[in-house]
Amino acid sequence: MAIDAATVRKVARLARIAEPEERIEALTQELNGIMTWIEQLAEVDTDGAEPLTSVVAAGLPLRDDVVTMGGEPEVVTGNAPKTVSNFFVVPKVVE
Amino acid sequence: MSALNKLTLKGAIDGLAAKEFTSVELTQAHIDAVEAARGLNAYILETPEQALEMAAASDARRAKGEAGPLDGAPLGVKDLFCTKGVRTTACSKILENFVPAYESTVTSNLWRDGAVMLGKLNLDQFAMGSSNETSYFGPVTNPWRAKDSNKALTPGGSSGGSAAAVAADLCLGATATDTGGSIRQPAAFTGTVGIKPTYGRCSRWGVVAFASSLDQAGPIAKTVEDAALLLNSMSGHDEKDSTSLDIATPDFTQFVGKSVKGLRIGVPKEYRVDGMPAEIQKLWDDGVAWLKEAGCEIVEISLPHTKYALPAYYIVAPAEASSNLARYDGMRYGLREEGANLAEIYENTRAAGFGDEVKRRILIGTYVLSAGYYDAYYLKALKVRRRIAEDFDNAWTKVDAILTPTAPSAAFGLGENSSDPIAMYLNDVFTVTTNLAGLPGLSLPAGLDANGLPLGLQIIGKPLDEGTVFSVAGAIEKAAGFTAKADKWW
Repeated sequence: MAIDAATVRKVARLARIAEPEERIEALTQELNGIMTWIEQLAEVDTDGAEPLTSVVAAGLPLRDDVVTMGGEPEVVTGNAPKTVSNFFVVPKVVE
Repeated sequence: MSALNKLTLKGAIDGLAAKEFTSVELTQAHIDAVEAARGLNAYILETPEQALEMAAASDARRAKGEAGPLDGAPLGVKDLFCTKGVRTTACSKILENFVPAYESTVTSNLWRDGAVMLGKLNLDQFAMGSSNETSYFGPVTNPWRAKDSNKALTPGGSSGGSAAAVAADLCLGATATDTGGSIRQPAAFTGTVGIKPTYGRCSRWGVVAFASSLDQAGPIAKTVEDAALLLNSMSGHDEKDSTSLDIATPDFTQFVGKSVKGLRIGVPKEYRVDGMPAEIQKLWDDGVAWLKEAGCEIVEISLPHTKYALPAYYIVAPAEASSNLARYDGMRYGLREEGANLAEIYENTRAAGFGDEVKRRILIGTYVLSAGYYDAYYLKALKVRRRIAEDFDNAWTKVDAILTPTAPSAAFGLGENSSDPIAMYLNDVFTVTTNLAGLPGLSLPAGLDANGLPLGLQIIGKPLDEGTVFSVAGAIEKAAGFTAKADKWW
């Protein structure tokens, strides 16, 4: 499952990271090196092993579905790169 | 009063309680030390005015007889913990100007107990790194140098600022976080004590997320007792973190100094890795001898899946990171770069805002989660993770705690490993297993190598059994008698 330049371009696009064309070759080699090292996992017998996603055995806690905070739009938008009247300003996506 | 910063946390709290000095005096001594040590690059933001205000408030509380367990003690905060009104960057460009409107639960707990904040400490960008070299603000330099050398060494990572600040007496203790070894490896490289508690002991709320199923906060301190004191305050249930454990926090200091007679200590044969320096094997043997002397029974154990822990980690952690870091889109907070359309704005923002190692991990994570590879990589890694957890479950039927080296080498030179990602990843070979299994692990300094650099031993405990870990660490600390400090050159 070697990674080629086309895969790197595709993954970069999925990850929403612009990678200049001159970086693709080096990245392909780096990622291949890491993934080749990771291939050794194939040696492990995992038949019947339950995937371990969380080491916390307890179930997810529930709480009442009520508003516990809010009413502070200026705080919520305080770190935004662009705002108008406590609204986030985002690029136009619908013509 | 300049020597006040050389005290231990316990010594300083006792001195404050005995009215030998005030928190303002203690804090000023630290502020002076921090200013004089800017060459180490441990603090990326100093907050001296806030520190003196907090110190004065502490002195007022103490005068009224209302002092908390950490009252008046100046601490450093890893810049991964959100601090209300104080810039928090994760040492990245994308959060270069981020000022949180809220305080992390762990730091809130410390301030509740009276601690004083000196400033924010350097780290590898988004806690991804083992040498502090991925920080947007440049690496921290280890206060330790090899004998007859002035070469700059790494303090380790990702909590390199925390470890260096504690080692150089720039705070009485520091907060840190550990996803694969980021508390314990820097502690080993700097002659300090660090503990990653059981997953869920400390709330992750308000800590910039890297890999949520592995991230855990903990302290770096000068002594085992100081680490216990800090962990007492940092721990506790938090309903804002759904993985925070709803259990009582024992007084960890009660376990330090407790007899370890009769405890069964496991020595895993798989941790004798190829190419491990003889000095580290020797230190490990010393640790075994000290614990035998203290009445422990030493048991050789097997953790057969150890060698697969790092490759499994380098699927699980990047997968979670690629998801967690998707939030940095340049719209609601952080850097925004321009572009011809929305996708281009995202792509340019993230290209400019993330460093190379962060991008590398996001790309790996995106790849292993992408269609066609999910089962082969991600699901496989989660099953290997199960096998690693089972290794420990089996071990706990035979032993009460496990003793290993913390890291496969002493501190190395800045720049020495940065061209080979896998060589850098191997730093975490002894620490990453406990993150995958959610277990507590503590590193303490136990000796110096031939170059005069500190080496650490790690104690791994059963889930929620930090108490035994602290008892074993206390016994080794006493036997090792490690008192060396870095010679001040900065």
